[in-house]
Amino acid sequence: MLAVAGVVFLGAVAMLVVGWVRRDRPGLPFFGENEKLNTGLVVLFGMAIPIVILVALFVVSDLVLLNETDAPAASSTAMTITVIGHQWFWQVRYEGEDAETANEVHIPVRTPINLVVRSADVIHSFWVPELNRKIDTIPGQANSIELYAERAGVYRGQCSEFCGLQHAHMAFRVYAEPRPRFEAWLANIRKPAREPTTPLARQGQRAFMRDGCAACHTIAGTEAEGTIGPNLTHLATRQTLAADTIPNTPEDLFRWIQNPQSIKPGVKMPGLGLGPERFHAIVAYLMGLK
Amino acid sequence: MTVSTPPATTVRLNRLERIWKESPGVLGWLTTVDHKRIGILYFFTSLFFFGAGGVEALAIRTQLIGPNQSTLSPATFNEMMSTHGTTMIFFFVVPMSLGAFGNYLIPLMIGARDMAFPRLNALSFWIYLCAGSFLYVGVFTGNAPSAGWFDYVPLASKTYSPGPGIDFYALSLLFVGISTTLGAINAIVTIFKLRAPGMSLNRMPLFCFAFLAVSFALIFALPALSTALVLLELERLLGFHFFIPASGGDPILWQNLFWIFGHPEVYIIILPAFGIATSIIPTFVRRKMVAFPLVALAEILVAFLGFGVWAHHMFAVGLASATAIYFAAASLVIVIPSGIQLFAWITTIVTGTPRFKTPFLWIIGFIVLFIMGGLSGVTFAAIPFDQQTTDTYYVVAHFHYVIFGAAVFPLLGGMYYWFPKVTGRMYYERWGKVSFWLTFIGTNVTFFPMHILGLDGMPRRNYTYGPEMGWTGLNLIETLGAYLLALGLLSVFVNLAVSLFRGEKAGNDPWEGDTLEWSTTSPPPAYNYAVIPKVSSPYAMWDKEDREEDARNLELGRKTLEQGHETPASTAVDADWDEVLEMPSHSAWPPLVALAMTGVFAMVLLQQWLAAAVFVGILALTVAGFHLKEPEEA
Repeated sequence: MLAVAGVVFLGAVAMLVVGWVRRDRPGLPFFGENEKLNTGLVVLFGMAIPIVILVALFVVSDLVLLNETDAPAASSTAMTITVIGHQWFWQVRYEGEDAETANEVHIPVRTPINLVVRSADVIHSFWVPELNRKIDTIPGQANSIELYAERAGVYRGQCSEFCGLQHAHMAFRVYAEPRPRFEAWLANIRKPAREPTTPLARQGQRAFMRDGCAACHTIAGTEAEGTIGPNLTHLATRQTLAADTIPNTPEDLFRWIQNPQSIKPGVKMPGLGLGPERFHAIVAYLMGLK
Repeated sequence: MTVSTPPATTVRLNRLERIWKESPGVLGWLTTVDHKRIGILYFFTSLFFFGAGGVEALAIRTQLIGPNQSTLSPATFNEMMSTHGTTMIFFFVVPMSLGAFGNYLIPLMIGARDMAFPRLNALSFWIYLCAGSFLYVGVFTGNAPSAGWFDYVPLASKTYSPGPGIDFYALSLLFVGISTTLGAINAIVTIFKLRAPGMSLNRMPLFCFAFLAVSFALIFALPALSTALVLLELERLLGFHFFIPASGGDPILWQNLFWIFGHPEVYIIILPAFGIATSIIPTFVRRKMVAFPLVALAEILVAFLGFGVWAHHMFAVGLASATAIYFAAASLVIVIPSGIQLFAWITTIVTGTPRFKTPFLWIIGFIVLFIMGGLSGVTFAAIPFDQQTTDTYYVVAHFHYVIFGAAVFPLLGGMYYWFPKVTGRMYYERWGKVSFWLTFIGTNVTFFPMHILGLDGMPRRNYTYGPEMGWTGLNLIETLGAYLLALGLLSVFVNLAVSLFRGEKAGNDPWEGDTLEWSTTSPPPAYNYAVIPKVSSPYAMWDKEDREEDARNLELGRKTLEQGHETPASTAVDADWDEVLEMPSHSAWPPLVALAMTGVFAMVLLQQWLAAAVFVGILALTVAGFHLKEPEEA
C-alpha cells in the first residue's frame, strides 16, 4: 500500500515538475497540443488506473484480510475474557473462572481468545497495536474480537477513543505466556486475597476497611466489595499502577495513595489525607496481596 | 475609466452610483446588504476565528513539545483541542470559503449585481457573528466544550460533562447552522437565477459549479447535525432519553447522525478550494481547463457521493462486516471524481505555460498536499488498516493535510489572487513567495511526522505521553514546525495588511484573468457592472469581442438597468432573459433579528424558559420588521 502510494505521489509530482520545466512551451512533451489526448490523460490517470488499484486494494484488505482478523466464531476459541472500560482503567474478567484483575490481561501464547469488550461509563477503545485491530467499548453493547499472540511477551495496549480527562493515562499490558505459566497465574488470581502476616500489614488492612478505600475497591475474601475502582485482590502481582501510569513499587504506591490527584489529575480516587503512618500501613497490606 | 469617457457614460455611472449608494461610515457596515461588503465582514470575522483556532493549536503543540509537560492541565488541553476543531471547521473554513469568497465572488463571476436575497445574506452574516461570539463567551468564561469536536455521547452527556461547555457547543452549532443554511439557499438561487443572460449552465465558471455543489450538500447534510444537536440538548437540559443505553437510548445513534453530516462536511470544506483552484490555474497557465465537463461533473459527484460513506468513521464500533464492507467500497468509489479533478489540474498545468506567481504557488502547494492527504485517505477504506490507525495521529496527519493543506492553501492563494480586485492594490510578490515557502515547509514539518507517530501507536487527544514511548523527538519537530507555520501565516497577513495601504495600484485586470470579475473596476462599484455583461463561454474575460460590446452598450445605454435598484433574472438552465428584479436596499433589520435570536439561544442555555419565550416574541417582531417593504427610493 505504501509502495503504491509512493509511486502515485512521485508520479504526480513528476508531472508537475514537467509542467515547470516546460513552463514556456504549451502542449504535451512529444505529442504537442492535442485536446483529445489531454482529456484521455485525465481519464487514464483519474479513472482507469485508480479503478484497477482500488479494486485490488478492496479485495485484499476488505475481503481477505478482514476475514482473517475478524471476531472469532462461537466456540472456536479456547476461552473468553471480558474487558470492561472504566474512566480511567480496565477491568478484566476471566469468564467461568471467577477470576478478576485490572489493567493487565494474561493470555496463553498461541491460543485464540475470544475477547469481549464492554463499557461501564463512556466509550473507550481497546487497542493492542501489535496484536490486532482496535475495538470500541460501547455502553450497552458487547463487542468482540480475537486476541491471539504468536510469541510470548509483553504487549502494551491503550485506550484509543477519547474518554475524558485522563484518556492519556488509560493503558494496560497484555502478557502472553507459555501455558503452564499462564495456568499458574490464573490459579493464583482465582484465590481470595492473602491474609496480612505482619502487625503493620494487619493495621493497614484495618485502615483499608475503615477509612474509605473499601467503598470503591474489591479485595476478594474481605469485606471490601466496592466496584468503582479496580479490583485489588492480587495487587502486588501487578507491575504498574493507575492503568500503566507509574510502576508498582512500595514507594510509588505510597506516593499514589497519598496524593493520586498530583499523579493523575482528575482521577476518581481522592486523596484521603490519612497521614503518613496509616498510608505506610496500607502500603504494607497491599504489597502483601500477592 | 479612461480620459475619453463620453459624457453620456459619466451620467449613467453617476446615476447608478446614486441608486446603489448605502449609508456612510459604521452605520453603512451595520446595515449593508451589498454582497461585497458582507463578504468583507465575513472575511474579517472568520479571520478572527482562524486566529483563535491557531492560538489553540499552538497551545496544544506547546503542551506536547516534550513528554510529561504541564503547560496545560488535562482539562485545559481537552478544552483547547475541542475548541480548536470546532472553531476551525464551523467558524473558520466554512464561513471563509462560503461567506467571504462565495459572497464576494459568485455575483461578480456570473455578472449579477448582488446575491438573490441581499437582506437574507446580511442576516446570514449577523447570525454567524452572533453564533461564533456565543461559543467564545463560553470559552472566555471558562465553559469551553471538552468532549472533542465530534462530541461523542455518553462522554458529552450531563453525567460525564456536567458543566455548560457542551451546551455552548451544541447551541452555537445549531445557531450557526441557521446562518449556513440561509447562505446555501441564497447561493443556489443566485447561481440558478441571477446569471447574466447568455451564461447557460455549460458556460458557467467551474468555481460556481463547486459552490453550487457545496450549497446543495449543506442543505442536505445540516439537518442531520441539527437533529443530533436538538436531541442532545433535549437530553441535557430537559432529561429526555435518546443516547443513554441505561434508559433505552443508543450512543451509536449520535455517531450515525453526526457523521451523516460530518463526512459530507469534509467535501463541503474542500469543494470551494477545488473551485478556487480551477479559477486560478487557467489564469496562470494561460489556457482553459482540460476536460471541463468532466471536472464540472466530478465536482457535483463528489458532493453527492460524500453522503454515502459516513460509517467509515465508525469502523471500530463493531459494525456488522457486510455494513463495513459496503462503506469501504463506497469510500473507494469517491476517489475517482477526486482523481479526475486532480489529473485535470495537472494536465492543464503540464500543457499550459505557467507563470509561477504567488497565487499559483499556493495552488501547486495545494495539489501536492492534496495528493498526500488523498492517498492517506484511501488507506482508511482498507478496514483492517483503518482499525489500526483510526484515532491515532495518523488520522490527525491525514485530515490536516486535507483540511489545512487542501482546503486552506487555496483560500490563501485566493486571498493573493483576488486581493487586487478587492482592494485595488497589489501585494508584495517577493514576500508572497517567502510566505508560501515558510508555510509550505511548516505544514509538512508539523504534519508529516504525525503519520509516523500514528503508525507507531500514538493515540490522538492524549494530553501527554511518557518519555519511554519514544515519541519525544518527532513531537518536538512537530511543535517547531507549528511555530514555523504560524510565522508563515503571520507573514501572509502582514504582507496583505501593508499592501492595503502601500501596494501599487492594480488596475482592473492585473493577471489577464479568465472570469468576469476582472472586467469591472478594482474595487468593483456597488452595482458591480454598469452593463449586464454578454457571456458566450465559461472564460468570459478572454472573449474580447464580448467585452468590447459591453463597452459599446454602456455608451449607448443598452442593458444598463439604470432606472432603479435592479438586476436581471434569467432562466435556470439556458439563462435566457427572464425578468428584471427590484433589489432591496440597506436595512437595519438583519442585525436586529440576529440579536433577538442570540437572546433566545442564551436564555435556553441558562434554562430561563420564560425569558426565552419573550425573546422568541421579540424575534417574531424583528422578522416581521425584516419583511416590511422599504420606502420607495427617490
